[in-house]
Amino acid sequence: MPQKILELSNVSKIYGNLKALSDINLSVNAGDWLSIMGPSGSGKTTMINIIGCMDTPSTGSVILDGTDISRETAGNLTRIRRDKIGLIFQQFHLISYLTALENVMVAQYYHSMPDEEEAMEALAKVGLAERAGHLPAQLSGGEQQRVCIARALINSPSILLGDEPTGNLDEENERVVVDIFRRLHSEGVTIIIVTHDPEVGDVAQRKIILEHGRITQDIDQTPIIRT
Amino acid sequence: MASRTRKGSRLRMYFRMLSGSLIRRASRLVIAVLAIAIGATILSGLVTIYYDIPEQLGREFRSYGANLIVLPRGEAKITRETLRALRELVGEGRIVGLAPYRYQTVKINEQPYIIAGTDLEEARNNSPFWYIEGSWGDSQDTSQVLVGHEIAGTLGLKLGDTFTVQGVKYGESAEASRQDLSAEENQKRDLARQNFHTKLTVRGIVSTGGAEEGFIFADIDMLDDLIGDTFRADVIECSIAANAAELSELSAEIERIIPELQPRAVRRLTQSQDIVLGKLQALVLLVTVVVLIITMISVYTTMTAMVAERRREIALKKALGAENKLVMSELLGEGVMLGFTGGALGVFLGFEFALRVSLNVFGRGINFQWALIPATIAVFIIITVAASIIPVRRVMDIHPAIVLKGE
Repeated sequence: MPQKILELSNVSKIYGNLKALSDINLSVNAGDWLSIMGPSGSGKTTMINIIGCMDTPSTGSVILDGTDISRETAGNLTRIRRDKIGLIFQQFHLISYLTALENVMVAQYYHSMPDEEEAMEALAKVGLAERAGHLPAQLSGGEQQRVCIARALINSPSILLGDEPTGNLDEENERVVVDIFRRLHSEGVTIIIVTHDPEVGDVAQRKIILEHGRITQDIDQTPIIRT
Repeated sequence: MASRTRKGSRLRMYFRMLSGSLIRRASRLVIAVLAIAIGATILSGLVTIYYDIPEQLGREFRSYGANLIVLPRGEAKITRETLRALRELVGEGRIVGLAPYRYQTVKINEQPYIIAGTDLEEARNNSPFWYIEGSWGDSQDTSQVLVGHEIAGTLGLKLGDTFTVQGVKYGESAEASRQDLSAEENQKRDLARQNFHTKLTVRGIVSTGGAEEGFIFADIDMLDDLIGDTFRADVIECSIAANAAELSELSAEIERIIPELQPRAVRRLTQSQDIVLGKLQALVLLVTVVVLIITMISVYTTMTAMVAERRREIALKKALGAENKLVMSELLGEGVMLGFTGGALGVFLGFEFALRVSLNVFGRGINFQWALIPATIAVFIIITVAASIIPVRRVMDIHPAIVLKGE
């Protein structure tokens, strides 16, 4: 029986008169690779913000790695996010005045203790050991996203969350990043990715489609991956 | 990932991030450093002037004559030993001039005049405002004297002229001219043992616009020899680098330690000096406070802009799990470094500023106050941190989910 790493029960999020998420029920097992797809305004980002402890639901519960995060204080959410979530952004969000290596070490610094050797290993895993001393401005978009992935993985999170991780990449770099996800999935890392790109969505083990804040489709794509 | 070792320290990483931000974002921080450096320059410059003004102005005021008159108590006169004791008590460092005066009535062309015997060099130190036609006497040739402008006019004396003075020696009494003797015989009697006479040369003519124009100023030792007495001064005029309070304290000390003397401060000078000093120092203090406030506003504005500009970075750090206080400590750390750099730069520029002001206003150099280095740096670190607190607290209002999505 696979271990449940995330469980959303009757989760809704309401902003004034707008219901961004409506009665969402979702369960993710450890080691799963889930794509969240849907048109703009369907509630994808709201959902990933709630899973990523950057927002709380208006109603319902969210159990992350055994902890109910739906009613936690901002301080506790910060701590949980630091310990359990690895974030990947569409715009990479690297700190411009720090090198690739230092950008990875920043995540270690906020989590526990910086370790340069370990940060170098993380960069090596995404094929950027040679570029460790470069500033973000000296890296290509694909390289920046790989630094972002190394940073997200450095603290061994329970879940790797990506919000349009390939949205700013060309085809070649998209393929490199997807290959990294594929390898991470094979290593047992739980991955949840929001994407507009059907090609990226289709390589996940499982895909859900959101429309008007509701899950309209929940597709198991395991056979596709095998092929 | 493998278990994390403690190879790197959090503190080292903190400074790595801090130095990265300061060095690699230097162009963006130049304005902030400049604002602090300008404030620190003006502050350290003004403080240097503030501490130097009493000395500088004190010296200026010393140009207006003695500020302490010391008289003998009772009928006794002031001996050389007492003069030496007074000099030691005041201290050489504070003495601008210390001139003993002995007044002696003499006759010139059978008319009475007063010779003031003094130490001409000390008198010159005391009264640099005297206008001297010719020059101050020559210590090698004590027969050369200064003649008051009034006397020179009355006797028709010019520079280089010689005139004869005569009188009764110390302790002797004058005898009236006898009716039964001729004028020549009476003159011979005047030149007898109990009288003195000598020829003096006009080396300079003194114009002060005051009582000094009615005196002849000669070397006090020459006068003592002439009248056949040892050193006995009627008064000592002192020009001392001190304010009214210090002078009053010194007077009390003189009275206590040398009871045969009674010192009197020249209130007109000492009070004027204190009033001018007080006003100038108040002005400097006011300007300093204004500069500090302006610097704080400038730093506040710069830090507000910096926090706004770095919202995404701050949001990212929070998204990575940084607590508000940790992010704020990083920004305040940058503030401390900015304050340090600007303060250090300002100390040296401030000295240059104070030096130029002093040279232009007082015509003198200025002493560098070493204590200003740590003091200015500390003040500007405190100012920068204080001015940064409100902008930096805005970190708490930054929500990573909103900012990182581009709002």
